Amino acid sequence: MAGLELLSDQGYRVDGRRAGELRKIQARMGVFAQADGSAYIEQGNTKALAVVYGPHEIRGSRSRALPDRALVNCQYSSATFSTGERKRRPHGDRKSCEMGLQLRQTFEAAILTQLHPRSQIDIYVQPLRGVVSLQVLQADGGTYAACVNAATLAVLDAGIPMRDFVCACSAGFVDGTALADLSHVEEAAGGPQLALALLPASGQIALLEMDARLHEDHLEWVLEAAAQAARDVHTLLDRVVRQHVHEASILLGD
Amino acid sequence: MTPRHEAPRLAGLRHAPGGAQEKPMEIPALAAAAATGAAAAQVDDVRSRARRGRMTCARERLSSMASVSLSEAEKVYIVHGVQEDLRVDGRGCEDYRCVEVETDVVSNTSGSARVKLGHTDILVGVKAEMGTPKLEKPDEGYLEFFVDCSANATPEFEGRGGDDLGTEIANTLCRIFNNRSSVDLKSLCVSPREHCWVLYVDVLLLECGGNLFDAISIAVKAALFNTRIPKVRVLEDEEGSKEVELSDDPYDCVQLSVENVPCVVTLCKIGCRHVVDATLQEEACSLASLLVSVTSKGVVTCMRKVGKGSLDPESIFEMMETGKRVGKVLHASLQDVLHKEESLGPERPKVGFLG
Repeated sequence: MAGLELLSDQGYRVDGRRAGELRKIQARMGVFAQADGSAYIEQGNTKALAVVYGPHEIRGSRSRALPDRALVNCQYSSATFSTGERKRRPHGDRKSCEMGLQLRQTFEAAILTQLHPRSQIDIYVQPLRGVVSLQVLQADGGTYAACVNAATLAVLDAGIPMRDFVCACSAGFVDGTALADLSHVEEAAGGPQLALALLPASGQIALLEMDARLHEDHLEWVLEAAAQAARDVHTLLDRVVRQHVHEASILLGD
Repeated sequence: MTPRHEAPRLAGLRHAPGGAQEKPMEIPALAAAAATGAAAAQVDDVRSRARRGRMTCARERLSSMASVSLSEAEKVYIVHGVQEDLRVDGRGCEDYRCVEVETDVVSNTSGSARVKLGHTDILVGVKAEMGTPKLEKPDEGYLEFFVDCSANATPEFEGRGGDDLGTEIANTLCRIFNNRSSVDLKSLCVSPREHCWVLYVDVLLLECGGNLFDAISIAVKAALFNTRIPKVRVLEDEEGSKEVELSDDPYDCVQLSVENVPCVVTLCKIGCRHVVDATLQEEACSLASLLVSVTSKGVVTCMRKVGKGSLDPESIFEMMETGKRVGKVLHASLQDVLHKEESLGPERPKVGFLG
């Protein structure tokens, strides 16, 4: 094959990671003072901000209110300078709408919406430097995962009750090996990609998306690799939350 | 003004004459007002405490951009304070809040900067792209502005909600920055009538805490200072067709001169005095404000009245003088911070949103 060798014979990937290894994750909760909850995450070169407002009264038309649970409203809008080519509009294009819809479904599965009937929860995510995708419609597993993880931290920061963390990670399949947390190079190579959002305590899957074709027998491996990576993400996010709560309690003088 | 990597935050920029420094100490009125719950600055604090106590309530939300609900007593308190040259947060009328500046925060731009001014949080990215010069100015490049009022700042901006404000700010910025006296547009031209650099300046509003224009202009200036434009050569073959060749070395760049790039100073008329760097609460008390763009030499390059009220001509001149005075100090400290940050080179610890 003339292309790039994604996995060396010694089992190392292009950026020097092992197959199941994650990129470096750094995160912070409580970035903004005015929002109810906010968080920032860096996963390798992918950076995302998430802000949560709510639960509050339904904005706009009241007919959208749900009598038995809260309405989860998500908007995905990527900064115009976040991609390699400058984008014309930050949101409203097809990909942003799709991402917003997916986020909404993911978080409806995790947030205990029945506790806040007839109210609304807004989740806004903003990838700052997403993985560079030249084709607009190509799904960026990395960007989506970073957005979900940032949104989880922001929802936690807002104090909205959830069943569990939602931890997302992508996985791919190269030369008979499942790779966790794909980088841009690996995504651009065009192999099969799987995006997974997991509720780690119960092992339930909140979102699963796969494109490109993959043999049925291999699916289990890739799924397991993604799930394991999502559990690793959970460990890291849990650490961030505990650290944040610890700092907050010191500030409050407890 | 502080670079973001210097952890202890210095006091806000102070340049009020006449011992304004000592003023915050001698304020029994502030304590009394806090007891009645009238001090607007306390509201934020109370809110964040309420949030920690899981008492989020939609009605007490203050985050919306235009509509901060203030009671009559709160307004009177702010107006009286301004008359005494003592504002709710202890500043004098000509004092800025603490400004935090960091450049080079987004990696895939030609230049970027993030500015925090109180609760106002702005991220600016500049991308240089090759384009064709405008017909009326064949030997100049140009700047294009886009302001994204993201829903991050307030839920009111969701969908198309922030478009009006965004367009208004972008047009004002274009008038202030996109001319020969502010930026050396000739240096952006590669070959007349054919190729020039277009600088796409994208402003991202992350949080609104009053005084948007000043914060945005500081961020734009910092981002332009940080902008590196790749060197190009124009090759001409026998038939006369031109081709642009990019330098192979990615570090072979030109820096833009920001010597004459102005900064905006917004002066808010409150009662019979005017203040700089108004918070959201103070903006709610003011009828009109004057936007003055000043260069580092104190030259006024643009002026605009904003707000629904009216101003009398005399106060406009007074405000202009204040604007010039404050603007010069603002430029000096901004230059100072930018040069200090640049002198640290690529080893500078980056704070970004993690700090």
